[in-house]
Order: sequence, then structure tokens, then C-alpha cells
Amino acid sequence: MSDWFTLEMTLLILGGAAATYLTRVGGFLLISRLQALPPRLEAALNAVPAAVLTTLVAPAFVAGDTATRIAMAVALPVALRFSTIPMLVAGWLTVLACRHFFG
Amino acid sequence: MRTDFWEGARGGAPVLVSTLPFAALFGALAVAHGLTVGEATLMSAIIFAGASQLVGLELFGHDIPAWVVILSIFAVNFRHILYSAAITPFMAHFTLPQKLASFFLLTDPQFAETVTRGESRQRVSFSWYMGFGLTIYAGWVALSFVGAYFGRAMGDPKAWGFDVLLPIYFLGIVLGFRKRDNFLGIALVSAVASVLAFHYVGSPWHVSLGALAGVLLAAALPPKPALSTAPKIAEAGE
Repeated sequence: MSDWFTLEMTLLILGGAAATYLTRVGGFLLISRLQALPPRLEAALNAVPAAVLTTLVAPAFVAGDTATRIAMAVALPVALRFSTIPMLVAGWLTVLACRHFFG
Repeated sequence: MRTDFWEGARGGAPVLVSTLPFAALFGALAVAHGLTVGEATLMSAIIFAGASQLVGLELFGHDIPAWVVILSIFAVNFRHILYSAAITPFMAHFTLPQKLASFFLLTDPQFAETVTRGESRQRVSFSWYMGFGLTIYAGWVALSFVGAYFGRAMGDPKAWGFDVLLPIYFLGIVLGFRKRDNFLGIALVSAVASVLAFHYVGSPWHVSLGALAGVLLAAALPPKPALSTAPKIAEAGE
């Protein structure tokens, strides 16, 4: 499939796309059967994104080098006050500075 | 019909502008993680959900079985189930093919705008919905291509400090959920469980085990009566 696509990655992307579409149409399919979602189910579904993304953050912090840890610690308070782009820039500049001066 | 479409497109324009940097960043990071320009663009075109696309990139490189990657993408996109359940009542007059096409374009801002419009008793027409959604979609795919195309010139991501962008980006999204019920407990339990699983079970199980711990906690805690989760307007598929 040339330089544009590799078979393995393309299949993986197709699988990811099917999974994503399933979530987008899923509530429509569910609501046609249930009148409303039970509260505990809704609370569980509601928690899924934060829970999943936390599992990508915490081990990256624990296993990361010192520069990565400092950058994440700097980005956290920035994220509480500002939007995503300033947060990314703050973390990025921090990691560059740490690696340049200590690295 | 046509005026509805353009009204939707005008509504989508500010969202479009705010998502363009993310699309370019995604494209550049995708190439840095070994995807081709075509694959990066394809991913934006058929997944069209930013956070899960970045989760995919994070997991592609680590010898992780395909089903775990796909399950993780599914899990990050889980919130769409709540969105489509919530906007279905406003689409009662759509035909089934129109509904199925609309759900493909369902993102955080699309959900927020559709609910706002529907609840203010303005008609949610298919043309308006498509005008809003296609505006964001076209920009997302085009800028992913541009980011990937120019990203090829960059070489090793670590030399540029780009390796920290994904964890920091995910940290930002997690913090964006901080107003939700029981956020602190869920994040803490998932964090501890994922770190423990990372050390004692190994990658990639830390993702599913850590997430499972947080979700079980959410289901076990006493439910609150009126759970409303209209998200703040964020990038396409935050």
C-alpha cells in the first residue's frame, strides 16, 4: 500500500473508527430501548473518560524523567487557570529548559 | 434549508478556529510517532475525535495488542453515548440515514450547541446540524494533513521536547472534568490503581485496570439526583 498507508496501521485506524462510531450512535440505540439511563449506570459512564485518561497521566509521571515530572507539575496549575494551548506551551518550555540546563 | 446550513456554519466557525492548532499538533505528533501522512489524515477523517486519536498515538508505539488500543479509543470516546442519548429527542424528525450521518459528526461542541438550540425551542434541522458539523470536520481533517506534512521535517520528537506534550495534554483533559461528581476520588483511585498495575502487572493492563477501579468507584458511590454534564465547549472531540 505504498508510502501512504501500511496495512497494519490502517486496520488499527479502521477498528478505532468503528469503536468511535459505536459510541456516537450508542446512546441513540440505548435510549430507543431504555427510557432513561439508571443513575448508577450514568454515573459509571460519566466517570469513564476521566478514569481512562488518568491511567495515561499517572504512570507517565511516575515513570518519566525528572524534566517530564517538573514539566507536568508546572502544567497542572496553568491548566487550572488557562486553556489547553497555554498549558501545553508552559509544559513544553519547562521540559526544554530543564533538559537544556540540567540535562 | 440553505440559510439553515450557513447559520450552522457560522456557529461552527469559532469552534473551527479553536480546533485548528490541535489538528495541526495532532498531525505533527502522529508523524513523530511513526504514522505516515496518509494515516494521520485518515485517522482524523474517520475517527474525528481528538483526545482518542492522541490516545491511539500514545499506545501504537508500545507493542500493545490491537484490541487493547481499540478498547482504549472506545473508552475515551465513551461520553458520546451520553451525548447521543441526550440529543436524540431533538432529532425525532430526521430520517434514519440522516440520524446515522449526524451521529458521525457528534463532538463535544456539536452536542453542546444542539442541546442549547433544542432547549431554546429553535428547530434543530438537519441542514443546520450539517452546517455546524461539516465546518469543524473539514478544518480538522485539512489541518491534520498540513500538520503531518510539515511534521515530517522535524525528526526525533524527544530532541524537540515533544514527548511531554501527550501526557500534559491528557493531564489537561483530566483536570477539565474536575467539576464532575466525585472527580477527585475517581482520579485518585484510577491514578493509584494504574501505577500499581503498571508496576506489578505491566503495560498495557494499567490502562484497563486503572480505569476499571475509577469507574467501579463511581458506580458504588451514592448517585446524585440530577446529573447534568453539559461540557464546556472544547475542541472537536476533546
